[in-house]
Amino acid sequence: MNSATVRNLLVRGMLAGLGAGVLALIVAYFLGEPNVDKAIGFEAAHAPAHEHEVELVSRSLQSTAGLATGVLLYGVAFGGIAALVYCYALGRVGRFTPRATALLLSGSALVVVYLVPFLKYPANPPAVGNGDTIGKRTTLYVLMMLLGVLLAVAATILGKRLAPKLGNWYATLAALAAFALAIGLAYAFLPVINEVPSDFPATVLWRFRVSALAIQLTLWGTFGLVFGELADRLFNPRPATATAAQPVGAPS
Amino acid sequence: MAQHVAPPTATTPVIPAKLPLKDIAPWAVFFGVLMLILLYFVGAEQGATSVVSGEEVHEWVHDARHLLGFPCH
Repeated sequence: MNSATVRNLLVRGMLAGLGAGVLALIVAYFLGEPNVDKAIGFEAAHAPAHEHEVELVSRSLQSTAGLATGVLLYGVAFGGIAALVYCYALGRVGRFTPRATALLLSGSALVVVYLVPFLKYPANPPAVGNGDTIGKRTTLYVLMMLLGVLLAVAATILGKRLAPKLGNWYATLAALAAFALAIGLAYAFLPVINEVPSDFPATVLWRFRVSALAIQLTLWGTFGLVFGELADRLFNPRPATATAAQPVGAPS
Repeated sequence: MAQHVAPPTATTPVIPAKLPLKDIAPWAVFFGVLMLILLYFVGAEQGATSVVSGEEVHEWVHDARHLLGFPCH
């Protein structure tokens, strides 16, 4: 029975991730792609030697089917992982309803797997980044993600330990403060990477990064709401009558 | 004023019981690894490291990689 619940939640998480990926894809296409194109325009005008000799995948495919493949797989993969974490977190993190747990989890995931690495190593458009340092940059980025996850787990355990002594409110604040401090220390000690060409247009860089952030907000926001709804329906099946769904205080 | 009182079903949400770890573990191990492999192919394959030779995977997910924040060439 419980194993079936886990499977059920996993399937729902991947579906919610796919749905969230579709919305994120729309944001990526309409907000992100114009900046990618501008950056590629800058690249073509300033450093023709760095261009690929043979275009393996055309720009029109990269910005549509290629973008869709990447964003949707990302949504499904993170949806599945989040659903598995959800199975463990439900009832263990605190007394939260299925929907509240889903929203709490997706918010934490946004911070931990995206915001924490992003603030130190932000997303870069094409033409920014030296190809020779890709190994170092990838290692640092993954390290930052892992560190975010591990520190978030540690902070959650700390919060749970402190709760009987300090009460839920102050235990949560203390855990958040410890998390922020540890992330701050990591930011201070990990190497800085800045490979933005000095004449790269600042507005393109700014808009690219804001659009990258918008994609993630859309993805995780949608995921939290949709997955919460799907999980809630698994645990609290709806009665056949929907009279209780009337908005409270609606004019009669 | 009676309309402002929420129906009792909405005020007593059911908090599900904890799922035992031994039920989660098999799913978590198998699907966790599978999902991480997917993320690897979207985020890093043919960049810092390559499992498949060539540039096709990198070029295909190129725009997604940039916009999702992964380091890319």
